[in-house]
Amino acid sequence: MNDYSKEAQKALASPRLQASLHTLQDRFGKGAMALWANMEDQEMRRRVKKSRLKNLEHLDILLAELARNVRARGGKVYFAETAQDAIDYTLKVARDNKVKRVVKGKSMISMEIGIDPALEEDGIEVVETDLGEYIIQLAGDKPSHIIAPCIHMDRKQIGQLFAEKLGMDYTDDPPTLTMAARKELREKLLSADMGLTGCNLACAETGHISLVSNEGNIRMATTMPPVHVALMGMERIVATLEEHRETVQLLTRGAALQKLSTYVSFTGGPSSADDPDGPKEFHLVIIDNGRAKILADPEFREVLACIRCGACLNICPVYGRIGGHAYNSSYCGPIGAVITPLLDGINKHADLCKGETLCGACKDICPVQIDLPRMLAALRQKLAYASDRWDTRQHNPAEAYGFTIWRLIITRKPLYRSLLKIGRLFQRVFIKKNNMISSMAGIASGWTDGRDLPPIAKKTFTELWEEKYRNRQAAAAPETEENQ
Amino acid sequence: MSGKTVSLFIQCLVDTMFPETGEAMITVFDKLGIPYDYPTGQTCCGQPAFNSGYTRDAAAAARHFIDLFEDTEVIVCPSGSCVHMVRHHYPELFTDDPAMHSRALAIGAKTFEFTQYLVDELNITDVGAEYVGAVTYHDSCHLSRGLGIAAQPRVLLRNIRGLELIEMKDSDTCCGFGGTFSVNYPEISVAMADEKIDNILATGAGTVTGCDISCLMNILGRISRRQKDVKVRHIAQLLAGPTGGKA
Repeated sequence: MNDYSKEAQKALASPRLQASLHTLQDRFGKGAMALWANMEDQEMRRRVKKSRLKNLEHLDILLAELARNVRARGGKVYFAETAQDAIDYTLKVARDNKVKRVVKGKSMISMEIGIDPALEEDGIEVVETDLGEYIIQLAGDKPSHIIAPCIHMDRKQIGQLFAEKLGMDYTDDPPTLTMAARKELREKLLSADMGLTGCNLACAETGHISLVSNEGNIRMATTMPPVHVALMGMERIVATLEEHRETVQLLTRGAALQKLSTYVSFTGGPSSADDPDGPKEFHLVIIDNGRAKILADPEFREVLACIRCGACLNICPVYGRIGGHAYNSSYCGPIGAVITPLLDGINKHADLCKGETLCGACKDICPVQIDLPRMLAALRQKLAYASDRWDTRQHNPAEAYGFTIWRLIITRKPLYRSLLKIGRLFQRVFIKKNNMISSMAGIASGWTDGRDLPPIAKKTFTELWEEKYRNRQAAAAPETEENQ
Repeated sequence: MSGKTVSLFIQCLVDTMFPETGEAMITVFDKLGIPYDYPTGQTCCGQPAFNSGYTRDAAAAARHFIDLFEDTEVIVCPSGSCVHMVRHHYPELFTDDPAMHSRALAIGAKTFEFTQYLVDELNITDVGAEYVGAVTYHDSCHLSRGLGIAAQPRVLLRNIRGLELIEMKDSDTCCGFGGTFSVNYPEISVAMADEKIDNILATGAGTVTGCDISCLMNILGRISRRQKDVKVRHIAQLLAGPTGGKA
């Protein structure tokens, strides 16, 4: 069995996780759909989508403008082609500043490039300051949701974890636990040498980056330590402040049903004589790490319009059963199923490409209406026929052969009809008293392990038509042309 | 009433496993005096191949379908996902072939799902049927999201004598079928079906209905395995009234 299915099975066997996922989807998935339906400005989503796509068309120009504006204010900008380039640069900044402790703001791209282990290997202490990420870090676990990383844990588990790791008395009272974390994190934030964050949006026109949060730790992480390094996926850019306003509104609504998050931090560079607040150094690391390749392919470019709100996780019926760990990626849920294979290998993540029903709920809920099902089907096409462009080989030659045979059959009516008759003869031994087939061999056992299957009917509709209806119709409507 | 002759596009699963659904459609059309024919060369619209990524094989199925149905007046199918395939995916399969592309668009424009055809094209909301009992309705994904068909089946159901429509929780959440997904990832697929079935059972309705036999086959297969006493009926069978055939 593949790892995706194995992890899925584990998740399905956990009543606690199932309950959490239900609560999450009932509240945030349905909430977002209701928000979109009732939003006064029904054009906003289309408008932002359009601006996202337009900005991708002009990405080179916008990034140059952003870099120019950040540098003009004394910030440093580094373009990292690969994850390793981004890691190397960040490590160099840390070494140059003799950094011993890094406080982090919640960031997906930091996980994507794997910066934490690299810093730790260098003897630097890394502390997540987002409460959810902090819990995950304490537990030595992995996040299972883009916005709510510890959705797979309940407060009892967190209480036990805190008792064990923070040496406090056990409690599962959320405010008490939050205060305990706050106390720990305050000390870290006040003594850190470097703040490391992601970047929700960068604005080319102003040369600032924005970070949304509800706990305020990101603001501390970007202002208290003497050095701030922001990691930015290169597509996370808007051209103007006006576009920025609308995009943030969709981001916070999609993520947490908020018109605006509690904090939106605008960070524009290091402190200066006339603006003494903030870090002494500000570094913006703009990361490609496979995005340019996606950008170059019109079939998949649209996925770069994603604003990482995580709303698609809150409605996906597959994510809603299996949770985030099965995706084995920084990015889970429907967006993860598309972006992970594109960034990290289509063959390697074939089960993410194939493990959805294409139901379309993710496209409906997406604030910028990204057609993820279309791209899942396109990814499957790469697996079906191989692709040089994506360095993808045929995933399942037996399946491909099967569909070749299928094609031969369904384009030849006499063959198709004959095979149905043969199937009807062979199936007889499998039909149970309830007129159902309840066990089959090979790949078909995937159906019958958990479900019954109705047999091929004694007479197909086509046979019934010939016997009962054709002549009747011919008599009633003599002008009807003879069928093939 | 439209005088157009309806060409029946009978989904492969209906043809082979649920012919009573096709017969129920005929009963409804007879009752309404709608003329129909059945191009018997039809096989499969190609959806399984398309959804699995085998677009070249799906295109072969599409050519077969287009050749067969090209000269028809209007095409009506008792399956939302097959109509979605013809309308939305056939043109995508021929983006490099302008002639086929326009043929695909033309076929798509005259292909309708059964309830959509009755309600939107013929303005029929009451077919004069009777079905006594409580019924709950499952919104199939390609039907409701892809084609925007959700009101049409409901108005038809509400006008069936004796039928009480009880909405289930999350009626528009996927049942877990997903074509080859159901056999490739059976654990997830069955868990999704169970969720759907629990929502069906919670309504207390004795019958679940829908407009797409693939989803209904998935629901039926799991209901049968769980030995639950809920009838699974295609909407055509309910609209055909007491003579709507077995299932």
